Amino acid sequence: METSTAALSFDNIGMVFPDGTRALHDVSFGVSKGEFVTIVGPSGCGKSTLLKIASGLLTQTSGEVSVDRGRIGYVFQDATLLDWRTVSGNVELFAELDGVPKQERRKLAQEAIMLVGLSGFESHYPKSLSGGMKMRASLARTLTLKPPLFLFDEPFGAVDEITREHLNDETQQLFQREGFAGLFITHSIGEAVFMSTRVLVMSARPGRIVAEFDVPFDYPRNPDLRFDPDFAKLSGEISLALRGGHS
Amino acid sequence: MTTQVTGDEVDESMPPVHDDAPVQAYRVKSRKREAAETILPPLVLGVILIGCWYFVSYVVLDESRRFLLRPPHQVLKVGFLDWDNFSEILDGLWSSAKVALTGLTISIIVGFFLATIMSQAKVLERAIFPYMVMLQAIPILAIVPLIGFWWGFGQRSRIAVCVIISLFPIIVNTLFGLQSAARGQHDLFTLHHASRLTRLRKLMYPNALPAIFAGLRISAGLSVIGAIVGDFFFGQGDPGIGQLLRTYASRIQGEELLAAVIMSSALGVAVFLFFGWLQNVAIGKWHDSGGLGT
Repeated sequence: METSTAALSFDNIGMVFPDGTRALHDVSFGVSKGEFVTIVGPSGCGKSTLLKIASGLLTQTSGEVSVDRGRIGYVFQDATLLDWRTVSGNVELFAELDGVPKQERRKLAQEAIMLVGLSGFESHYPKSLSGGMKMRASLARTLTLKPPLFLFDEPFGAVDEITREHLNDETQQLFQREGFAGLFITHSIGEAVFMSTRVLVMSARPGRIVAEFDVPFDYPRNPDLRFDPDFAKLSGEISLALRGGHS
Repeated sequence: MTTQVTGDEVDESMPPVHDDAPVQAYRVKSRKREAAETILPPLVLGVILIGCWYFVSYVVLDESRRFLLRPPHQVLKVGFLDWDNFSEILDGLWSSAKVALTGLTISIIVGFFLATIMSQAKVLERAIFPYMVMLQAIPILAIVPLIGFWWGFGQRSRIAVCVIISLFPIIVNTLFGLQSAARGQHDLFTLHHASRLTRLRKLMYPNALPAIFAGLRISAGLSVIGAIVGDFFFGQGDPGIGQLLRTYASRIQGEELLAAVIMSSALGVAVFLFFGWLQNVAIGKWHDSGGLGT
């Protein structure tokens, strides 16, 4: 590890798939405890690949990752709930797979469900939940791990704008409360600026970091921050950098 | 249970969850009306069909040829209401049902086993699958002599026919179900270092249940057909409804023949409905395309 506080650090990461596709090129950055870093980039630029490498689902072809893989929280693009389990059954899944005793995992699940505002829906099956509620359940499932490092792979891409803003707000509050290190992937600039301490801009394939922005706003962030001139200015700069990365 | 969320039910620090209350079905139609709309169309068509039947029996066929299609009330009287005849048909049906059930049970056991091992290693899937297709493609008629040599011309051969024709849908559907878990769901299990067995038990099998039931319903129907077809070739021992059909046909007992046909169809329908009901009980809570008529 480069620094003692880095929860995750990438060092010259390169990824070439077996079919010859160059997904990532020379990516280096770190995420420390108390940081919420967001990567924005065009679709297909290798953002998700980066998270898969961090979690160990994929192995990079060059460079080094340093991370404690023991308790990574990984929230996928889809809620990936198991249809045959109720909300609480789904939220308990990770603890169950990790061999946590029944009593304890029930307690963990209850806490997490409360934290994401799904109390009262414990015995509902996924088929009766809306897209936003499924995502909340998925978040709760990850929260049971109490992970020091949270990876988010465009988790709110499939929900409507209003729900997304709610979920952004809640994620931001969770980040503040739990103090984890967060790495969030999205192609929504507004989402990135609203939640993050730092925004990285990635270029089209092969993905590289082409710009980096510190987000100066204090937490807790008010939803109205989205209408702040400084917010708009920063979003504009990021948008510009994103377009530059395209060419 | 209420499905409305209000702000004060949720954790105070969270904004009220007004964005995503679960969708509730609107109950506009009354139950009665719904039932009428379900039952009435087939009932009307049934009456029309019986009318056609009478028309053919009495108008199209002259009296000397009426044995080709006896009128409905005649079938009812001789085939169903005459207890001697009807009990004979029921006995035949019962022994066919036993054959079908035994064959189906063997198919389920063998099918689950094969689908499970095929799902565990691509090489096994590649090795086994072509032979399953071959087995499926064999016309029963072509192997009747062989089956007869091996298992005689009685019960065991009838069961073998059932197994041969009902095995394939179980294997294919179970395998499809086992392989259909989403990539992301597998990733969850990978990230938590789940063992092969855990993955099978907690992900692949439950995920496969809807497909398994679809296969079961097809195979159950096929096993009934298999039992009847088996009777035609392997008539020794305690034959079933298929043998009766042959006998009635050769004796030109039109009423009994039609009654036996109707009852064999009823057996097929009963089996189909039973598995639909079972599916609803087993997975209806979480899976949508439940049983018939839901």
